[in-house]
Amino acid sequence: MHRKLTAALVAASLVGGASAYAQGAKPNDAQIAHIAYTAGQIDIEAAQQALKKSKNADVRAFAQDMVRDHKAVNEKALALVKKLKVKPQDNDTSRSLAAQAKAKRAELAKLSGAAFDKAYAQNEVAYHKAVDSALESTLIPSASNQELKDLLTTGLKIFQGHEQHAEHVVSGLK
Amino acid sequence: MGPRLCAAATSLWLAAFVTSQPAAAATLRVMVDKISFAPAQVSAHVGDTIEWVNSDFLAHSATDRKKAWDIFLPPNATRSVKLTRAGEIDYYCRFHPNMVGHISVAP
Repeated sequence: MHRKLTAALVAASLVGGASAYAQGAKPNDAQIAHIAYTAGQIDIEAAQQALKKSKNADVRAFAQDMVRDHKAVNEKALALVKKLKVKPQDNDTSRSLAAQAKAKRAELAKLSGAAFDKAYAQNEVAYHKAVDSALESTLIPSASNQELKDLLTTGLKIFQGHEQHAEHVVSGLK
Repeated sequence: MGPRLCAAATSLWLAAFVTSQPAAAATLRVMVDKISFAPAQVSAHVGDTIEWVNSDFLAHSATDRKKAWDIFLPPNATRSVKLTRAGEIDYYCRFHPNMVGHISVAP
């Protein structure tokens, strides 16, 4: 219940951010870049927490993969915004994502052993699902620069892969 | 050994050599780009080599579902595997399981 609620909150925040834009203007490229970078950073921090707390080989391998991939994607994103001379712009969606991630980390910090592993892996499934849906429904369609759109599209495929990988980890824990 | 006998022996040997040799082993290239294997379906023969060229900025893997091999593909690198047995091979990327490929290996 709690997990579902948290996943729903993350999704709601992403969608809420999107609908806030829909009422006014859609997010601009500077905001989209900020949201995408923040989303990647959040998953790196979640993985770093897992690497500190977990002793499960599959969970640790997954967390290492998340650090490696999200770092690589964010480096690409930084190189692109530099090339395009776009300065990532903080916004409500980025801020609510960061606030919820902080709350999630605090919640996971109280767990240990198998309970932590399960909660982390399940949250990774839910989190990637929410990010993928935000990419598909809002961020990719709103991006105006083609290179940014392409990177987000590649990002979506990568994160869909992560979602499936996380599902494998969850099923291995049962 | 007379020249005629020698020629006959040579042609026999050649015939034996040619018939016992399967088609020359080929190297079949699979591009790894934008989170997919292309071509995703490959037809090969025993003795052929599959070569994956990863041009993505991420590491991938080519992992046999039956676990005969698990090849790590670093970004911008080429790795290969030699096919030693006939059969159908399903493989995927361990890091991004939405990336899948198939190799049909004929004898």
